[in-house]
Amino acid sequence: MKKPLWIKGTIMLAMLSLAACANVQTATTLATAVGEQAGVLSHAEVESIRKSTVAVARSLEDFTPEQEYYIGRSVGAVVLSKYPAYTNAQGNQYLNMLGQTLAAASDTPQIFGGYHFIVLDSNDINAFATPSGLVFVTRGLIRCCPTEDALAAVLAHEISHVQLRHGMQSIEKARMTEALTVLATEGAKTLGSPEVAQLTQTFSGAISDIAKSMINNGYSRSFEYQADKVAVVLLQRVGYNPRGLIDMLTVMEKKLKPGGFDFAKTHPAPRDRIAEIQGDNLSFTPVATPKIRQERFLKAVGNI
Amino acid sequence: MRRTIFIIPALALLGILCMHMPAYAQETLSVQVKEGELRATPSFLGKIVARVAYGDRVVSMGSRGAWKKVSVREGRLQGWMHASALTTKRIALKAGQTSVRTGATQDELALAGKGFNEQVEAAFRKENRNLDYTWINRMEAFKVPPELMNTFLVQGSVVPPPEGGKP
Repeated sequence: MKKPLWIKGTIMLAMLSLAACANVQTATTLATAVGEQAGVLSHAEVESIRKSTVAVARSLEDFTPEQEYYIGRSVGAVVLSKYPAYTNAQGNQYLNMLGQTLAAASDTPQIFGGYHFIVLDSNDINAFATPSGLVFVTRGLIRCCPTEDALAAVLAHEISHVQLRHGMQSIEKARMTEALTVLATEGAKTLGSPEVAQLTQTFSGAISDIAKSMINNGYSRSFEYQADKVAVVLLQRVGYNPRGLIDMLTVMEKKLKPGGFDFAKTHPAPRDRIAEIQGDNLSFTPVATPKIRQERFLKAVGNI
Repeated sequence: MRRTIFIIPALALLGILCMHMPAYAQETLSVQVKEGELRATPSFLGKIVARVAYGDRVVSMGSRGAWKKVSVREGRLQGWMHASALTTKRIALKAGQTSVRTGATQDELALAGKGFNEQVEAAFRKENRNLDYTWINRMEAFKVPPELMNTFLVQGSVVPPPEGGKP
């Protein structure tokens, strides 16, 4: 049976006005819009990032920001069991100044516990971001950065992983269901010790899922390319030259040792990442770093 | 067909109701960050006029870009909050507690405060004594005030494009 046109029309109109009432996902919309305007992202890419963000937000919405925060703290502790913190106050202060400034301009500036950054004492070329916004960067990776703009690109890439919730997506589906089932049946009661034991087991599993993906195997290539693209948008928004990302990757290409257990294993090859970024027909102007910016960069991390 | 006949007016009615709501219908939202701030202007550089905690309810009165104008304490205080600090879900807090315990329905942040919390972290740490949280706690103490972020950008001659945003 064919419905008359006016019926279809009314349904469409009603659906549209309903959609307008609904609480619209604000996250990423702004960044992607800016990216599209600036010609960084094609319309199709903008749409795909937007869609996946909405879908992810839905599938993960049962995890509260507070829970992500606790997951992040423990994932961070696992990172620190692999690489020790670099106890250089000046370097860490500078990293937080730069990183928190970038994060404040991201689409998710306000997360439960905020963004915090630290240098790791290692020559490996590596970086991690926990779901709760703890960001770790090795001395080896900082040495791949010739300018503040390049280091900003590293941090913007990590902030993008947090914003796109890549860490949380590494938790195995079965484990999520398990956690949510325990919690759903638990109802309004306070947690008793059997529930705590069961939850701790699930928690432990979630931590190891994320650590396995983040530290050992790496995220999917598409996650990395996505983080690069969102990073380019963020850099532009704040006023850094996105070419800094390419400069950093160019140095990294030379420094990465094949067979290493760092970015050599967990990330697409720098040259592939560069090709992917430039595939959008972007023409990046060379970074013209003002003298004062370069001086403070070298002063803070030049000898790292 | 009979069902369609009922659905259409219902949908249309809902749609019309929505269309006739004022553009900035008041909406009650929950704070979803540990420490939230209301600012005098829609910017992280705006003066802090009030502080709110996880689970606090605020009334949204309008928005500009990614910022929402909200009021707290029965409308006595007003200010701007970034939308990412707020959720439409309700976070049910037990009086006097920073974590949530009771009365979560499906619309609420259902697992609020239950689930992975301080208690679970403590149990996890007991089983993983090799993990050291000293630097995690120190990291969390690294906080750069927005005023310093702005100075940092200005001093470094970092100039955002017209559509860009400083913190």
